[in-house]
Amino acid sequence: MVKVTQRLGGLVLRFAAFCAALGAVIAMVTSRERSSFFVLSLVAKYSDLAAFKYFVIANAIVSVYSFLVLFLPKESLLWKFVVVLDLFFLVNGKLTVKMVTMLLTSSLSAAAAVAQVGKRGNANAGWLPICGQVPRFCDQITGALIAGLVALILYVFLLIFSIHSVVDPFLLRKS
Amino acid sequence: MAVAKLVLAATSGKSSKILLGLRVLAFLATLSAAIVMGLNKETKTFVVGNVGNTPIKATFTAKFQHTPAFVYFVVANAMVSFHNLLMIALQLFGGKTELTGFRLLSIAILDMLNVTLLSAAANAAGFMAEVGKNGNKHARWDKICDRFATYCDHGAGALIAAFAGVVLMLIISAVSISRLVQPNKCSISTTA
Repeated sequence: MVKVTQRLGGLVLRFAAFCAALGAVIAMVTSRERSSFFVLSLVAKYSDLAAFKYFVIANAIVSVYSFLVLFLPKESLLWKFVVVLDLFFLVNGKLTVKMVTMLLTSSLSAAAAVAQVGKRGNANAGWLPICGQVPRFCDQITGALIAGLVALILYVFLLIFSIHSVVDPFLLRKS
Repeated sequence: MAVAKLVLAATSGKSSKILLGLRVLAFLATLSAAIVMGLNKETKTFVVGNVGNTPIKATFTAKFQHTPAFVYFVVANAMVSFHNLLMIALQLFGGKTELTGFRLLSIAILDMLNVTLLSAAANAAGFMAEVGKNGNKHARWDKICDRFATYCDHGAGALIAAFAGVVLMLIISAVSISRLVQPNKCSISTTA
């Protein structure tokens, strides 16, 4: 009974993280706004900023990985394999939960750092904030970042969850 | 199977020494990254205009505090180096402290959390540095590295040290998890 609830909990978490990461990708890719900036016309796309491109790529990888792992058969055996694979994450280039969490957090922090400059500017470097000219673009980027944060939190839960489901037998025995 | 053999080798007595060496390296890398970025400051005087024949000079300073991503970088690197220092002290001066199951688990979880923290900090600072180095013509943000070359060089050095720290912390976290999977051979006094 405990095993079934554990598997179900893992599946639910993974599906939610897949949805969140997919939402982040879609929100950022469809953010595009045209506005006139004095006499010049400015088109704001997510691909103008390298950090946003990395965010899209990282979250796309995470959503594809979550989707594929959702359909793994014999999950009780492969959970332990996934955690032990943490040791040898370079084996066959396989992704594990830890690598995915690192991808998520690094992409989110990079995109948030650049978005913060876009929103407030940097007075010392002479960088003007661009959110005043393209407010809808900024709102959609913010939504994508929030979805990325939700995916990250779910994956941190998954990380602790997967370690716990493997190590728990050892801990119970040692008391 | 190769996996089982490697796991066994990682939890023998040598793993403590390897872990100690790796932690010392990671501590030095993150500490140097924090210090170099924390002391990153450059002041330069530029000529901004001419009134008749006399040039007007203005002094500009480039400090790491101007960019929130760099502030987070310094703080995160300091935290990770402190964590490594604590773990080194625990291993060197722990004496006969027995590593029960929960302590091993907490060390492994802390290592994992620190890996993610450090990677987030290094990445955020890296992308901000890329914007500072190349500018962004779509957002009309000028690059600053052509004017503050020393500031940019020091920042690049700190970034390299932080990324080296990320790789080292990844390996440390992997070794910690391996000690978790086979706990019956681990105590602090397992050296040599």
